[in-house]
Amino acid sequence: MKKLLKHLKEYKIQCLLAPLFKLLEASFELFVPLVVASIIDNGIANDDKMYILQRFGLLVLLAMVGLTSAIFAQYYSAKAAVGFAGKVRYMLFSHIQTLSFTDLDKLGTSTMVTRLTSDVNQVQTGVNLTLRLLLRSPFIVFGAMIMAFTVDVKTAWIFVIVIPVLFVIVFAVMANTLPRYNKIQKNLDIVVTKTRENLSGTRVLRAFTRQEREIYEYTEAVNELEKVQEITGKISNIMNPATFIVINVATAFVIYVGAIRVDVGDLTQGQVVALVNYMSQILVELVKLANLIITITKAIASGNRVQTVLEIENFDILNMNKEDNVLGSETGSDASNNDYAVSFENACLTYAGDLEPSLENLNFSVKEGENIGIIGGTGSGKTSVVNLIAGYYKATEGSVKVCGKDVKKYEKNELLNKVSVVLQKAVLFKGTIRDNITFGMDNVSDEDIMEACRVAQATDVVNSKKGGLDALVEEGGKNFSGGQKQRLSIARALLRKPEILILDDSSSALDNLTDAALRREINNLSYKPTLFIISQRTSSLEKCDRILVLEDGKPVGLGSHQELLSKDSGKFCDVYEEIYNSGFVSATKNA
Amino acid sequence: MNSVMSNIFKYISKYRLYVVLSIACAAVYALLSLYIPILTGDAVDVIITKGDVDFDKIFEILLKDLLVILFAALAQWIMGVCNNKISYNVIRDLRRDAFEKIQTLPLSYIDSHAHGDIVSRIISDVDTFSDGLLLGFSQLFTGVVTILATVFFMLSISWKVGLLVIALTPLSLIAASVVAKLIYKMFRRQSEIKGRQTSYINEMIGNVRTVKAYGRESDVTKDFKEINDELTDVSTKAIFYSAITNPLTRFINSLVYASVALYGAFNVIALNITVGNLTSILMYANQYTKPFNEISSVITELQNAFACAERVFELINRKERVPEKEDAVELTNVSGNVEFKNVSFSYNKETKLIENFNINIKPGMRVAIVGPTGCGKTTVINLLMRFYDTDKGGIYVDGIDTRDITRNSLRRNFGMVLQETWLRSGTVRDNIAMGREDATEEEIIAASKAAHAHSFIKKLEKGYDTVISEDGGSLSAGQKQLICIARLFLALPPMLILDEATSSIDTRTELKIQNAFAKLMKGRTSFIVAHRLSTIKEADLILVMNKGNIVETGSDEELTQKKGFYYNLKTAVEK
Repeated sequence: MKKLLKHLKEYKIQCLLAPLFKLLEASFELFVPLVVASIIDNGIANDDKMYILQRFGLLVLLAMVGLTSAIFAQYYSAKAAVGFAGKVRYMLFSHIQTLSFTDLDKLGTSTMVTRLTSDVNQVQTGVNLTLRLLLRSPFIVFGAMIMAFTVDVKTAWIFVIVIPVLFVIVFAVMANTLPRYNKIQKNLDIVVTKTRENLSGTRVLRAFTRQEREIYEYTEAVNELEKVQEITGKISNIMNPATFIVINVATAFVIYVGAIRVDVGDLTQGQVVALVNYMSQILVELVKLANLIITITKAIASGNRVQTVLEIENFDILNMNKEDNVLGSETGSDASNNDYAVSFENACLTYAGDLEPSLENLNFSVKEGENIGIIGGTGSGKTSVVNLIAGYYKATEGSVKVCGKDVKKYEKNELLNKVSVVLQKAVLFKGTIRDNITFGMDNVSDEDIMEACRVAQATDVVNSKKGGLDALVEEGGKNFSGGQKQRLSIARALLRKPEILILDDSSSALDNLTDAALRREINNLSYKPTLFIISQRTSSLEKCDRILVLEDGKPVGLGSHQELLSKDSGKFCDVYEEIYNSGFVSATKNA
Repeated sequence: MNSVMSNIFKYISKYRLYVVLSIACAAVYALLSLYIPILTGDAVDVIITKGDVDFDKIFEILLKDLLVILFAALAQWIMGVCNNKISYNVIRDLRRDAFEKIQTLPLSYIDSHAHGDIVSRIISDVDTFSDGLLLGFSQLFTGVVTILATVFFMLSISWKVGLLVIALTPLSLIAASVVAKLIYKMFRRQSEIKGRQTSYINEMIGNVRTVKAYGRESDVTKDFKEINDELTDVSTKAIFYSAITNPLTRFINSLVYASVALYGAFNVIALNITVGNLTSILMYANQYTKPFNEISSVITELQNAFACAERVFELINRKERVPEKEDAVELTNVSGNVEFKNVSFSYNKETKLIENFNINIKPGMRVAIVGPTGCGKTTVINLLMRFYDTDKGGIYVDGIDTRDITRNSLRRNFGMVLQETWLRSGTVRDNIAMGREDATEEEIIAASKAAHAHSFIKKLEKGYDTVISEDGGSLSAGQKQLICIARLFLALPPMLILDEATSSIDTRTELKIQNAFAKLMKGRTSFIVAHRLSTIKEADLILVMNKGNIVETGSDEELTQKKGFYYNLKTAVEK
């Protein structure tokens, strides 16, 4: 939270002025009981109507000055709190954009969204109320006590006793409830999860006839939540009656002691009224203070959560400092490598938090225009190869070069212009189909877009929607099927005419007919990109120039389809054969 | 409106004793706490000046004062306890009922409604309803009692000064409502921009990988900044103007207070009232507007709560799926004969899907359902499992209309693995044991081994006790699918439905599982949705679907000879 608060500096002036004006307002409020006392003691006692009129004017003046100060205070605190929150939100959003894929994995989408929305809002409320009330409330409480001392020292001692007692009550209640709120939150989370799961898993749960059991478990969960809420409610419910008793009993004491002091002539009737008034001012402010502390506690917790995200250091190689890559520059100038579109030299990749590398000692070079297939089981490291070429993750050992230059040496956009990746999960954004395909590219003709669509087998997707390229895409591409999304994502990559095109299992939602047509069209592209196709099936890769076979993060075969299957080629790969056979075994059985 | 009210009463009536007690205590508290200023005023009146203090009277007043304080506090406490009790219990009851409703709603409702929306009804709407309506009502009631009692007390002390207070206080209410109108537009704009920003955040953060893959971070950040700046601007104004309400009403109250002090003091001089009376009235004047402000804020809250209640009850009172027939039979000892007789079905009336479909599937048959993406293969599963009911005709299992069979027993006889794997938060063991709750540890492990899931589960941090988060969390899609298959191997039902059950599993593991499936399918009627030609060729019967309709049926050989839709699909794959 501390580091976050540094950014309040920009609003230094507002942060000073807001509480200052608040204090000003409060001090005017503290004068009111004294004025009323003087009306009783001087005006009424002496039948002095002029005097009373003057005092009335004074009261109005105090109110006006109070209002003016309050308006200033509210303005400055709103300005500071909202401005600060806006800045934090922006910092957080742009920070997330720079995070590496590794860190994004760790954070998870819903966490990031919560940080950006409700947590930042909580911080905003916290700062706003702190500026407005944190000084004001204690100031009135202690101010009332001090004013009481100016009226009558002996009676004022009651205030000295009452204030700590009230504080003890308020804080005891809070100390007992605040930790319970966490427990409530935890119980509520369980209820939310169960609710959500029973919606997302309806089919499975009904298929396994779990309804009764689910209802039973849910009832237990809501009962537990109710129990914790009721206990917490019971404790916090003590606060109001307890403070009510303390303040009113104290008022009775003030009257009693005041009576004695008046009897001996040390105090006037009006002053007793003033003392009573001061006592009632305390209560209101104390309750406000208690609520404020709860808000601040929540805001600090939120602030810390935001801070944690902001503190994640950036491991993304695309954003790394150049100095780190002295080594890369030496090999990068090696002219003999320039014929290769991509070359791996002992490349290893170990994801943060993993013990075992996901990719080990990868050594191979790919010529421009070559078609490379990558195959292997789940977790064999296929996607890690993509991550290295596209620079999403940096090689933990060894190096990866694209067009003869170490990936680490590339300016961010330079590499992105050369390499286009179609990710496993196809994503469309709110906007039009055109926006989604151009995706930030300027001055693209419709012909170019439609050509990319033609190759990507997306022409009929565009034509089937009303408005064609201008058809609206809903948030998250909700109005498109999985296969349509994939085809449009491929068109997006193709439009860029990349030197290197990577299809990471990106036609999984397409039926075989469409998939075959897609592959045929890509092979016929005039600009002949270096192509990487990642797939689980050998049939998708048969036409590739070479196929890299991975198992458990290690390369176990490299060669053409025929070479990998032929025992005489010297490139025979039993893993590949096994994968190949598994796809065909049942077919041959039937034949 | 009325139905919402009657629903609300239904839920509250269970706690009517608490409601009555709470209302009674609210009244007692309001009256007693308002009596205290009178006692204070009385006391002030006997504290005149040096030597002129009536101590007997003071003792008497203070004793009364103490009793009033104690009873008022007690009433306040009881009221709080009651309100808690009512509010939390009603929340619980509503959530439980809503949840039970989810279990009996037709799937068409769940499929066609955003899950986030249903969750927010059950979680936040229920909260808002309960907080707003129950506590709002108690505040409203207390407020009204307080206002009436204050008016009564003030008028009984001095009708002149009392009238002054009553005449002036609307000023602060008018001021508050003027400000409220002013800021309403700003708040609406604020929430509109906030909504826009939230969906932008959801979209861009959710798909940050794609954004990064195309190097669009700076564009996206720039767009975000634009919305963010707009929000900051509007929020500053909205928050500032709304923050003015309090000082403004406080100012007007101060004016009322000053006027009462002036007019009251003149009345004291004219000997109409005493100093103590003035003190009491000033105390009232100070707190008189508070219940008014509370009431006006409570009313917006009540409206809000009412809207939430409507949404909650809309869900709770939803029509349930077709109820089970009273004489519905339990399906036991299934041989596996499944027959579609004149089945017609569509999701909505406008687009026809399956029409007058007939087929008789003999026990132990392997049925493959094929067709291009999005052709409605899952519709058949929906009908078989009675997730949806047919519009016309019926499906018969062993000659019994599935609508005459209890849903649970029908479903227990089908084992289902879907393409979209679903795991719940809990341990791996819990997830597998969902297949059969009374399964022993050995049986669970045996099932996992059969599904080739055992080896990876063993490698997990805590093996079968590893807790996985909602929807599988860190497990790969293939691993999730293996766990779902283990579930099936544990349940071992007489009929199987496999919807692309191995789509995310790598080919080598898949091969092993296929063998296990082959064994499992022996003697079991199975429905298999698949893309893979090899799987399809092995089937005894192929249902070819296109655009939601079943266009061809027959064996691979028959359909190949027919050179129809299936033939085209098949040759395209082999090309």
